Amino acid sequence: MSTLARTPALAERLGITDGRGRAMWVLGLCLAYFATLLLAAAFMGDAGLSTDFPNKKLAPCFEFPFGTDWLGRDMLVRTVKGLCRSLGIGLLAATVSSVVSAALGTLSATMGKRTDAVVTTLIDLVMATPHLVLLILVSFACGGGATGVIIAVAVSHWTRLARIIRAEILQLKQAEFVMVSRKLGRSPWWIARRHMLPHIAPQFTIGLILLFPHAILHSAGLTFLGFGLSPHNPSIGILLSESMRHISTGYWWLAILPGLSLLVTVKLFDVLGNSLRVITDPKTSQE
Amino acid sequence: MLKAESVSFCYDNTPWILEGFDFGVGPGEVVGLPGPSGQGKSTLAKVLAGHLAPQQGAVTCDGRPLPEGVFSPVQLIFQHPELTMNPRWKLRDSVAEGHTPDAAAFKRLNIEPAWLSRYPHELSGGELQRLALARVMSPQTRYLIADEMTAMLDPNTQALVWDAVLHWAKANGVGILAISHDRHLLDRIAHRVDESFAPPGPTPPETTCRAAA
Repeated sequence: MSTLARTPALAERLGITDGRGRAMWVLGLCLAYFATLLLAAAFMGDAGLSTDFPNKKLAPCFEFPFGTDWLGRDMLVRTVKGLCRSLGIGLLAATVSSVVSAALGTLSATMGKRTDAVVTTLIDLVMATPHLVLLILVSFACGGGATGVIIAVAVSHWTRLARIIRAEILQLKQAEFVMVSRKLGRSPWWIARRHMLPHIAPQFTIGLILLFPHAILHSAGLTFLGFGLSPHNPSIGILLSESMRHISTGYWWLAILPGLSLLVTVKLFDVLGNSLRVITDPKTSQE
Repeated sequence: MLKAESVSFCYDNTPWILEGFDFGVGPGEVVGLPGPSGQGKSTLAKVLAGHLAPQQGAVTCDGRPLPEGVFSPVQLIFQHPELTMNPRWKLRDSVAEGHTPDAAAFKRLNIEPAWLSRYPHELSGGELQRLALARVMSPQTRYLIADEMTAMLDPNTQALVWDAVLHWAKANGVGILAISHDRHLLDRIAHRVDESFAPPGPTPPETTCRAAA
């Protein structure tokens, strides 16, 4: 009886009864997952990466939860390190994209028609090229290898965000509440800071977080196609492309487990972006 | 005197919406401006309030061009108040953007203090319109342009809002330009009804009037 009475109170105190509190918890759990991943990669050491023939081709067991490959390397260590590497590439792509898209979007929306036409054409040009072809071209032009992949992923993801920022600023410039604000004696700088920034910042942050999975998948895809990172450094793309050769002979864990981890990581970024939207949007603040 | 002198205005790629237009509202005067839709009434309102710059001619307020970067003596009330409030701000901040209205102003407009701690999407159009009015009913406002200000309000609230606005305008010598489809409303509140957008003729029958309002 007492437990029954206490449970709702506890749920209430933890904040899981309302949408915002739930989103906060989801956000926290996602961040905890990424932190664990990074810490695990840092503390694991490189022992699992070297060949260990007595333990080769082991199915998942207590000692090797993700199994071992045909050289006896620990798949758990390889997967975690690979994911971390992918996260690093995602972070880099996100940083470069954020700078490029913020700059181009703002320029396009505020510097007049001619600048707008140039920037919009550039965005259209990049968007019209099939993304994978663009990635391969850039990575090839940059000399291939790890540098090529990283540069290609970093410079090809800014278009969508730039377009969002441009549209948002153009819309805000014409918004009636901005026009009223001008007539109430507010300066352009004040309006940009107080009226526009609160609208653009969440869009920007969420766009940025949702860009992570794209970058991660593209770097994995490029590596899978053989344009990418060297096989010595584990990366999810390498793991998956290597496992292709063994999956038909029954070593399912080589493909399924790293693939599943990639899927979970990417999905968690999606969840992270969506809960952030729930928290920052006033329309859902009372739910 | 708020004056438009031979003002011409068009948007990009449209024919002239206002051409060589003259218009004036005196201090303390209430001018009604009726007319059917699509004739440029709202465009005139925006030009007079300085939201749009006319291609030709000039708008002057008490002999000077409209000032920029300070609280404008000419304020515009829009038809859709929900668009004039930043959706990410609590209404307390929106209302205090120009000046801080006192409790008496809220009371006159029947504004409940609880509304101030909400977001715009949580209030109705009529409630928002009253908050929008409180925002511009400052001692610095010399002319108020009401573009279909009470079109979405029920008759009781409409009467209450106009009563408060006219009382405030009289006390402060504020000139008002009231734009509306509702000729009966304008006949009732205005000192002078301007027929620029509705050439004099037989008054439309009662039913069309209601439908338009």
